[in-house]
Amino acid sequence: MRIVKKKRLMLILLMITGIFIATFFGLRAFNDNLMYFFSATDVVEGKAPKDHLFRLGGMVVKGSVVRQPSGLTVQFVLTDMAKEVTVQYTGILPDLFREGQGIVANGKLDANGIFIAQEVLAKHDENYMPPEVAGSMKKVPTEATP
Amino acid sequence: MFMRFIYKFSSPPYFYAISAKMLPWLTVLFLVLLGYGLYGGLVTAPADYQQGDSFRIIYVHVPAAWMSMFIYVVMAISGGIGLVWRIKLAEIVSISSASVGASFTFLALVTGSLWGKPMWGAWWVWDARLTSELILLFLYLGIIGLYSGIEDKRTASRAVAILALVGVVNIPIIHYSVEWWNTLHQGATVTKLDKPSIHIDMLIPLLFMAGAFKVYYFIALLLRSRNELLEREQNAKWIDELLENVK
Repeated sequence: MRIVKKKRLMLILLMITGIFIATFFGLRAFNDNLMYFFSATDVVEGKAPKDHLFRLGGMVVKGSVVRQPSGLTVQFVLTDMAKEVTVQYTGILPDLFREGQGIVANGKLDANGIFIAQEVLAKHDENYMPPEVAGSMKKVPTEATP
Repeated sequence: MFMRFIYKFSSPPYFYAISAKMLPWLTVLFLVLLGYGLYGGLVTAPADYQQGDSFRIIYVHVPAAWMSMFIYVVMAISGGIGLVWRIKLAEIVSISSASVGASFTFLALVTGSLWGKPMWGAWWVWDARLTSELILLFLYLGIIGLYSGIEDKRTASRAVAILALVGVVNIPIIHYSVEWWNTLHQGATVTKLDKPSIHIDMLIPLLFMAGAFKVYYFIALLLRSRNELLEREQNAKWIDELLENVK
């Protein structure tokens, strides 16, 4: 009887190990497809697709946001701390959009290497703190409306 | 010693008697934890510097997401124990966990979606974290469906245990998805080796809520297991004796 149980246990462990290995290789094969967005470095190095929509993620460079006087068009620079890409977007930006904020934009590159976004999503980071703490830590601009 | 306790605890009449004694205490503990967690989370915790009061959904979303994974692991392990040692109670614990886990997974997805619209600007995105959590919900639903699809409950338990064990591979994927791939979902705030990146005044109510959810799961598990046990053992002698005593 004990041998039977041991056999069953070994079979189960073998099955789980097999599944983990299979999943590992499966995920590795599709690694690029599982990335939700490309970084600025990927775009500069030409890894991002040229002719169809893709997502670009990065941080909005401080002082780079330029609103055009006519309409809702905004231009800003996204960085991954190594390379930079200029983004142009026409539309309403999410609440969390501000300089220094991580965002993800969906769109494609035009001929001049400017990323024309059709959609902009704000990426929240994992930090949670009260405003007083944030203010004393890095002087968050007061225009940060909730 | 430990094995003797396990054997004793897993005997249906003993489990039925001791779980009845545990339930009132657990209910009190649950209400205390939930009361403090809700008061701390909704009243005393300060608003977030960026999200304002919207961040307070964390007090439901994060514990629900933790529970969705924790319950899955409990379900798979007890299913595995049932498979190897053929302990009836382990099979019952396994299947009784499924619907509680599915509810927490659903809650995590819904609260996340409600938070995502104002914060990200989208109800839903197909990033690795959100997609793997959705797969978890489908796994739970598949397990519930498979169990109810097989007439003989002991056979059903074995089939369900294998499906649950196969699905375990999804749990590390959910947890590490935010590290392995670029995702819109933010990285871990609390469950990492570093210091939690959340202010202590916000963290304490969160931990109380996590405790409350865990106790709630335990209460729901005991209630469901007792029902399942009565249904499976309806012809057993110990139930007749129990009914004698009630009269």
